[in-house]
Amino acid sequence: MNADGGVRAEQTPLLEMRSVNSHYGAVHALKDVNLSIYEGELVCLLGGNASGKSTTLKTLLGMLKPTSGEVVLDGEVVNDKPTSYRVARGVTMVPENRRLFKRLSVRENLDLGAYLRSDSDGIAADLERVFELFPRVKERLSQKAGTLSGGEQQMVAMGRALMAKPRVLLMDEPSMGLAPALVQRNFELIEQIHAAGLTVFMVEQNANMALSIADRGWVLQTGRVVLDDTADNLLAHPELRASYLGQSDT
Amino acid sequence: MTAVMPPGTATAAAAAPVPPAPTRPVLARDWRRLARMAAVGAVAQIFIALSNMPVRLDERVVVKPVLSLGYLTLLIVPFAAGHRVGHQIKREGTPVHAAGAHEVAGGAACGALAAGGLSLLAVLLANFDLREPLVNWSPMLAELLAFGNSTSFAVVIWLLIGAAVGASGGLMRLLGPRTRRAAVTIAITVAGVAVMEPLVVDLAEGMGLEALTDRLYARRGGLEWVSALVLAAVAGILAVLGRGRLREARNRIAVQEGAKRTRTNFGLILLTGAALVILPLFAGKLTNELLANVGLFVLLALGLNIVVGLAGILDLGYVAFFAVGSYTAAVLTAATSPRIHPEMPWLVALIFVVVITGLVGLFIGAPVIRMRGDYLAIVTLGFGEIIRLLFLSDWLSGTFGGSQGITKIPGAGIFGLTSVAGTDPRRVFYLVLAFCAIAIYVSWRLERSRLGRAWMAVREDETVAEAMGINTVNVKLLAFVVGAILGSFSGAIFSAKVGSVFPNSFLILVSIVILVVVIFGGMGSIVGVIAGSAVLIGVLGGPKQPGLLAEFSEFKLLIYGALLIWMMLARPEGLIPSVRRSRELHQEEMAQDAWLKGQVEDDTANGDTATAPAT
Repeated sequence: MNADGGVRAEQTPLLEMRSVNSHYGAVHALKDVNLSIYEGELVCLLGGNASGKSTTLKTLLGMLKPTSGEVVLDGEVVNDKPTSYRVARGVTMVPENRRLFKRLSVRENLDLGAYLRSDSDGIAADLERVFELFPRVKERLSQKAGTLSGGEQQMVAMGRALMAKPRVLLMDEPSMGLAPALVQRNFELIEQIHAAGLTVFMVEQNANMALSIADRGWVLQTGRVVLDDTADNLLAHPELRASYLGQSDT
Repeated sequence: MTAVMPPGTATAAAAAPVPPAPTRPVLARDWRRLARMAAVGAVAQIFIALSNMPVRLDERVVVKPVLSLGYLTLLIVPFAAGHRVGHQIKREGTPVHAAGAHEVAGGAACGALAAGGLSLLAVLLANFDLREPLVNWSPMLAELLAFGNSTSFAVVIWLLIGAAVGASGGLMRLLGPRTRRAAVTIAITVAGVAVMEPLVVDLAEGMGLEALTDRLYARRGGLEWVSALVLAAVAGILAVLGRGRLREARNRIAVQEGAKRTRTNFGLILLTGAALVILPLFAGKLTNELLANVGLFVLLALGLNIVVGLAGILDLGYVAFFAVGSYTAAVLTAATSPRIHPEMPWLVALIFVVVITGLVGLFIGAPVIRMRGDYLAIVTLGFGEIIRLLFLSDWLSGTFGGSQGITKIPGAGIFGLTSVAGTDPRRVFYLVLAFCAIAIYVSWRLERSRLGRAWMAVREDETVAEAMGINTVNVKLLAFVVGAILGSFSGAIFSAKVGSVFPNSFLILVSIVILVVVIFGGMGSIVGVIAGSAVLIGVLGGPKQPGLLAEFSEFKLLIYGALLIWMMLARPEGLIPSVRRSRELHQEEMAQDAWLKGQVEDDTANGDTATAPAT
């Protein structure tokens, strides 16, 4: 059932969760979750509302401390390290609904993405890379982020994340709050960024869409990983078809 | 004040070509709107009259012998009602009908009904005993309303006055933008010169121009009506000749970029600085005292502006840092304070002031900063009170003197050269000016720094800021501490200036007033905060400091409140918003206009253009 074949066995995962339990007050949000994301992968975590998807991201990023288990970044246990430590080492999140700093300019949003970096040459180079990827963003630099259209905001959100020079990009529901045509476009962008060599971990409700571009995936249900397989196998899985794909097809 | 339209409506209308709106018969109007407006106006009139403002302000003559400040407060409402009733809710930026004679007719009707509130009041005052429930007004009110005549005279005259004033309010809508601007300029000039009488007289004395002011002002205060007319004519001519040249110049500066802009800014700052250094030399005690008070509040407001405007932490207990600064300086420099001997020079004490206030900022900030929004505001309010109560307490009275406070605080000695004390307000002002310059520079640099950006990110979205790797707790704490230190400077100067500190100089009211200054001036805007202090503290007066309109001090809070409400409705970005915020608002309008033009498909278009280079 596990898709990490023999090739993976000797490779260290870039980011890993080892039997992690997380609590929100009294709510047991994550139950014994195991995840491993390898360099260069595009993987997804599927789940419905309140299944623990966002908690997983928060735990990975260090905004929530797990009650037990280990979060491992590049072979190092980072349970007690703050978010800034993990961001500086290449874990970056694109938040749900984009959540730009709406009253700041696009430029300032991008600069804030590179908040922890001090290599001005590298920042300038990455800025150029973002412009190459999203020419539209360059035109809007001095505009306030909140006035952009949904599609443009998504580009700025991705650009902001790329400015942090990430090794693994955590995407929280990239399809949420966007028109269908834009969802399509957004997933193309994710594929494109992934093709450029970036590891992507996305959290999604839109299982069909996510699995169509992902290599592997997990299915989370009330805080527990219930399925862990390749994308193709998951797409063919009868239970998943019934509970997720049946809905998202319509 | 309603004569000045909110900037939003003007730009929105200018942006789209406006098709000619249909004209309207003179008497056709929205009666319900008129009735509502008039009712609001009448209630406002009665309220203002019963607050006793007209009687108290009647002694302050604006134009002799026609107009006193008291009557002015009564005339504002019918004017505003007459003007406002002609306001149209523009659908998609287009007026529903053109301005015409109906504006004047409607204005007159509305103004008469609004002033009718006073007629009604005159009747009520004559026939019923209102002293029992409504204690504020004085018997002179009836006399004032009737101009010394009978009640029936009052009833008729106020209807007439209201109609005339309301009609002129409506007339304002018929004027072209240029004429209207000229009219507003004239009104502001005459009112301004009248209001600033003490200041002008004081300055003129310093420059040996008494002859001019003797002619301008009547002996017992107020403008002579002849000089008022002359002043109005001069202002009108200047306004017509100037015809928005000022605006043009401002626009020219606004479009400048890069080095050129920096040069212009530098020049402007230098000019303002030079004026502020030279002006006090010619000014007397009164002006300097006023300037020093404004300066103290500029310092406080700049500090709070970092906390509230940049970092978005609503601190309602900011007075605590003002108090800690004052008391620390007082304890360390005054011989009367027990415990700490020998006394230090003021400048040495200032080092301790910074350190101690910084530490207090950390102590208060550490528990507070983990909260958000409303909770944070309430907790800061509590801490502000706790600090004041500590200074008041018997427990610490050995150090702080309890309710007796600390008195006989020596002036602030500067390197043994001079001593700055309240007896010489000019020196106080120069000292305050120096610290304001420091505070302005610090605010300006911080706003553009990495830290400043982090503050704004926290203000906008704390969770995402954290996800970007910003240590939100540290960053917010730093804002708290920087704000605290700026406030403590003000406190240290305050204690040296006044010569004594008492716990009741640091009531919650001070926090509120500083916050009002920041909001009124424009949150996050350095220039705005300065302008806010000048207008509110300079003209109306601070919590304990009299302003130019000393007669207003009783009604200060009432006017603060009214100004805040008006501000939130008409100009939520503040008096002089930061460049950033005005840009934002402007863009929002453009975005709305674009939306109106039906560019909803923008999104899909973007998608296409962005895909093209990728494939």
